[in-house]
Amino acid sequence: MVRLCSYGLPLAALLMSSLAFAASGGTALEPAGNDVSNVASLQRGARNFMNYCSGCHSAKYVRYNSLAKGLELTEDHLVEYLMFNAEKTFETIQATMSTEDGARWFGQAPPDMSLIARSKGTDYIYNFLKGFYLEDGSPTGVNNLHLAGTSMPHVLWELQGYQAAIFEVPGDDAGGAPEFGGFESVTPGTLSAEDYDAFVRDTVNFLEYISEPIRGTRRVLGVWVLLYLTLFLIIASMLKNQIWKDVS
Amino acid sequence: MARIESEIGKPQGGFIKWIDDRFPLMETMRYHATEYYASKNFNIWYVFGVLAMVVLVIQLVTGIFLTMNYKPSAEEAFASVEYIMRDVSWGWLMRYLHSTGASFFFIVVYLHMFRAMLYGSYKKPRELIWIIGMLIFLVLMAEAFAGYLLPWGQMSYWGAQVIISLFGAIPFVGDALVEYIKGDYSISDITLNRFFALHVIALPLALIGLVFVHIVALHEVGSNNPDGIEIKEHKGPDGVPLDGVAFHPYHTSKDLVAIIVFLMIFSAAVFFAPDMGGYFLEHANFEPANTLVTPEHIAPVWYFTPYYAILRAVPNKLWGAVLMGAAVFLPLFLPWLDRCRVKSIRYRGWIYRSALGLFVISFFALGWLGLQPAEGIYVNLARMFSVIYFAFFLLMPYYSTIDKTKPVPDRVVYHG
Repeated sequence: MVRLCSYGLPLAALLMSSLAFAASGGTALEPAGNDVSNVASLQRGARNFMNYCSGCHSAKYVRYNSLAKGLELTEDHLVEYLMFNAEKTFETIQATMSTEDGARWFGQAPPDMSLIARSKGTDYIYNFLKGFYLEDGSPTGVNNLHLAGTSMPHVLWELQGYQAAIFEVPGDDAGGAPEFGGFESVTPGTLSAEDYDAFVRDTVNFLEYISEPIRGTRRVLGVWVLLYLTLFLIIASMLKNQIWKDVS
Repeated sequence: MARIESEIGKPQGGFIKWIDDRFPLMETMRYHATEYYASKNFNIWYVFGVLAMVVLVIQLVTGIFLTMNYKPSAEEAFASVEYIMRDVSWGWLMRYLHSTGASFFFIVVYLHMFRAMLYGSYKKPRELIWIIGMLIFLVLMAEAFAGYLLPWGQMSYWGAQVIISLFGAIPFVGDALVEYIKGDYSISDITLNRFFALHVIALPLALIGLVFVHIVALHEVGSNNPDGIEIKEHKGPDGVPLDGVAFHPYHTSKDLVAIIVFLMIFSAAVFFAPDMGGYFLEHANFEPANTLVTPEHIAPVWYFTPYYAILRAVPNKLWGAVLMGAAVFLPLFLPWLDRCRVKSIRYRGWIYRSALGLFVISFFALGWLGLQPAEGIYVNLARMFSVIYFAFFLLMPYYSTIDKTKPVPDRVVYHG
């Protein structure tokens, strides 16, 4: 039976990898490389989210007190560093901006972030947050490589700085679409490229955590369930062999 | 062992006797368990019936707990599912057991049906068991379809939109029928409410009733076996089939082992991969239903994709729907399409073996194609495999008669 488990898990992993998220606009996605079991990274991600995202984006299914528990924070820390927009710890994370204002100012209301990692995938968000580039004529001054025409401004410009996208027009006469050929820094931000990657990775990690806070629990519980069933299987097999031993 | 067997089913006096005077308890036990004889040479293909019952129970029990916190309203449905996932104690477990159970129900039922095709279990005298089984399959599809709308995610909404709109292809009454099913001009709160009613009471009730009849019919004629031989034709002096062993305790103890192995695989999915990479829980369904935004790529859950691929392979909407319906209903006629007298594949010729092999390949291929966008080579492949799928059934009356069969043994093959 141990053999069965050791086959079952890689098989599940194989299946998981095979149905890709249908979100990206064709450009290859760099893996986010985040680790949901890294609590320090989740705490930094929570700080990033509350400071840079929660003005416009809600996470309306996430309660502050469950979040504090999952991120191993005390209530004092929670209230001081994360709860800018709520009175009671059992409240859920609401955006400062109202949905109506969001719809009016940006053309469409900024989406809720509770489940974004499960609907779009962590790699997509990671690349999206790194994919803003300057574009003349755009209402926000920027466009995004992974969501063309996005109404989201480059909120993190201060950290990343501004970059330009290089598009290479294919040399032949086939008249193909321009291909993305990399970014080029225009104005530097306060963070280095590596630090900005880490900043985004922590934020994405936080988003993945809040999309399914129970994930860690279910994995630990799953091991116990399988151990219990293994024991049960041994006993049931012995019972079956005992009952069948006279059948010829 | 013999001693225990002789005591099971005997009136025990006291309480049992009191019940027995008023209700056929012991008689039922004997008829369905301790003196129901099934072949001793059952192999792994014979566990999927009992596993389907296990999944049915899992779905019923977890469904009851989900219903306690789910809100069947377009305004609240999506949020109530997240409430179950995050705030209700053990709600996440009930939800994952139920969503994973839906996929495993189809895995188990497809394997159960394939077993019948391997060993000719649908043939005389078991035609009615097969027909009832097919009705169970149809109700199960309706149950899964209705249930998929309930989380009110993007794929719930748009998947239902695509499938319900198929009825609109029916000439004359189509549009009225679509409106009748939806109960509104578009899929709305009203549609969600009626699908909820169908999902939690009407269809499960039908399912349980049909499963009961399926088992009663089975126990009337007795189970088939991997050799396709009627074990009742060789009985001992005591009237017990020589190749049969009592359902209880022999098959029950064997089934228990199968159930535990099944639960291990099931638990691995529930605890380590409840999304199964987007196959069991589709990514787009983690976005609430938005009536204004169509998802980039609408695909049903994996268990419907073979039929969905057939639907899309046909350029005409009406004929696509007709062929999809035909693909679902055709197996119902297997007892009469198959003219071969030999039941088990063990003694059938290369023609049936190849035909069944091609059928399996086409079923998997169509399932995969149903997940791909309907464009380019995918459409042509879907057409090719649809032809194979239909040819398997429609040409069967011919190829099953010309196939060379091997001599069928008198008694079942059993290597203790």
